[in-house]
Amino acid sequence: MIRVHVDLGLCQGFANCVMVAPEHIDLDENNKAVAVNDLFPDSDLSDLTEAAESCPAFAIRLERVEQ
Amino acid sequence: MTGTTTIVGGSLAGLRTAQQLRAKGYDGTLTLIGAERHLPYDRPPLSKQVLLGEWPEQQTYLVTAQQLADLRVDVRLGVAATGLDRERRLVTLADGNRVAYEHLVIATGSRPRAIPKPTSAPHVHTLRTLDDARLVAAKLAPGRRLIIIGAGFIGCEVASSAVARGAIVTLVSREPVLMPQFGPRVSDYLMSLHRGAGVDLVLGVDVESIGQTAGEVASVELTGGRVLHGDLVVVGIGAVPNVEWLAGSQLAGPDGVRVSRHGQTADAAIFALGDVSAWPCAGGSGFRRSEHWSHAVEQAKIVARAIVEGTSFDPGPAVPYAWSDQYGRKFQTVGQVSSALSQVVSANWDTADCQRHCLYLDHRGLVTGGLFIDSARAAGQLRRALQGQAGPVSRDSFALGA
Repeated sequence: MIRVHVDLGLCQGFANCVMVAPEHIDLDENNKAVAVNDLFPDSDLSDLTEAAESCPAFAIRLERVEQ
Repeated sequence: MTGTTTIVGGSLAGLRTAQQLRAKGYDGTLTLIGAERHLPYDRPPLSKQVLLGEWPEQQTYLVTAQQLADLRVDVRLGVAATGLDRERRLVTLADGNRVAYEHLVIATGSRPRAIPKPTSAPHVHTLRTLDDARLVAAKLAPGRRLIIIGAGFIGCEVASSAVARGAIVTLVSREPVLMPQFGPRVSDYLMSLHRGAGVDLVLGVDVESIGQTAGEVASVELTGGRVLHGDLVVVGIGAVPNVEWLAGSQLAGPDGVRVSRHGQTADAAIFALGDVSAWPCAGGSGFRRSEHWSHAVEQAKIVARAIVEGTSFDPGPAVPYAWSDQYGRKFQTVGQVSSALSQVVSANWDTADCQRHCLYLDHRGLVTGGLFIDSARAAGQLRRALQGQAGPVSRDSFALGA
């Protein structure tokens, strides 16, 4: 499984991640990125990687979680 | 997939192409050539965090030397490409070396347009590179008088950062208002923001010459005879594509290197992306260079895929997206925005709220784009809607809530 970490100090609300992975990441009322679930299946890795790479603030980090 | 891909340009576009090629399983030789001596670094922070003195320059680096080695990228920094021989598939470098390719990626970016006026002062800067930013940042101090020529995104961001550093800022533009392309409501808002921060806006005038009156002081003579005195001058009047090294290749014109929707030039072995490249406009009329971060990142994905897979896939519609940070506020523009379109501002436009937006509507009343201030969520919604439609969208197809 994959966990998405957003560094809220770095996130500036560019919304690039939301463009790339709308099913996984949203912006909250403070314009900060939030993962919509705690864990995502491994099959989402490519979307999530793309979301992390699209971030101009380098605020998104992915963590592999063994179940 | 094996082969030899040579990427000319060691900034975001070139680096991302190399990374995407490896991510897509490209197993061939990869060479990345950069004219600057720095590892690839991120440019947007230069006019913001670097000028503000908030970031050490290492923080702008996009990659480490070790990461590039792990990606098996042969990196040649501090050496510019000087020529291209398409027939023999060779790139000539400034140090006399030549690099062969099977696929070539042109990502040489752009450079600041030089001011076409007599300039004799020693304190005239542009802001494009890390070295530029370091120089200007070192000269910003409380009470220093900064004259900025050109009020595009760079000029406005430099004004914002310089004011925060205590400098006394004059912003000069030949346009009668700031950012006229966004329409009068946005212009008025921006001008009140800059004036509120203490910036002296000198608008609707052109520069006659830049000289030096006494000692270390720069003087800027304007049309009409007015002369501004300052301690330093920053010129931000647009950028021109770095295509001189392509002379004779028949790939480049004054508007850059024209490419297909897959980033491919007229030579099937050669691709181009980033600031140097002109991609087809939406709707199929003409080509346009776009000097924005997200475009380079998206184009890198397309070019890498085209090199690995060929050009039969649909790269999808590209929705223009740019941002600017000024006075602690984030401006985001999405889609097509133009003062020629009708503009509808959010109901809170004239209130003290920070979060606000201006939508741009075509003759059918459909939304072609928007400008958002501290409203990233709404900007993202519109971007997604435009991407999904591959064209203008109705106003109820996306949420505008905060």
